[in-house]
Amino acid sequence: MVKDIIVGAHYGLKDWLGQRITAAFMVIYTVIVLALLIGQEPLTYEVWYAFMADGFMRFFTFLFILSLMFHAWVGVRDIWMDYAKPTSVRLALHVITLLALLGYTGWAVSILWRL
Amino acid sequence: MTEATMKKERPKQRPKHLDLLVIKQPAPAIASVLHRLSGAGLFLMLPLLIFLFELSLDSSLGFAMFKAFVGYPLVKLILIGLLWAFLHHVFMGIRILLSDLNIGTDIKPGQASAKAVIIISLVLTAILGAKLW
Repeated sequence: MVKDIIVGAHYGLKDWLGQRITAAFMVIYTVIVLALLIGQEPLTYEVWYAFMADGFMRFFTFLFILSLMFHAWVGVRDIWMDYAKPTSVRLALHVITLLALLGYTGWAVSILWRL
Repeated sequence: MTEATMKKERPKQRPKHLDLLVIKQPAPAIASVLHRLSGAGLFLMLPLLIFLFELSLDSSLGFAMFKAFVGYPLVKLILIGLLWAFLHHVFMGIRILLSDLNIGTDIKPGQASAKAVIIISLVLTAILGAKLW
């Protein structure tokens, strides 16, 4: 009789799926934004500012920032999990990565909210 | 068959280790390594990209400074490197999403798509890089 007891923290599937959903969102965002920007040529400061300050754009750019940070977290964490073997080193790298990404999120969102 | 008999049937002359610098990697392996490298590069350069985003939206003076800053050859070179990283990461990412859906996972399409990812990313970087220079 086969008894497969699945153990672990069970965050693997959620992270895996989240990484893919955020990836798909970012690709769609990039394609649409590039297409819209190409239609705005020549890109002056006023045009660029008005484009990014638009309510819809701010909504989607905010989601893009969150997607990017989550996606980067899973990806960089996977790199550390593969190569940083000592638990103390790995923990330190995880914490540094997480703090950096949280800081970047605040920084990028604050740029958006100043518009 | 028990585990013990399976172990006995294994060929004796197996490579003890794989020297990554000597063995020839198949295209999917190269594309996969580049996916990781490009992702790491994009992560490390995030502060630069957020800084440029901030500068470009700060004021018309900031926008002019942004244009001057990205005009420096060294900055341009870094940004074109990041353009390649982004393109390779996206195209390889699409390949990964298709693999998740069991599309193109046989050896032949798998090798062809990995080669396509590597080549298209490089060609697009060259074209866009030349245009932006």
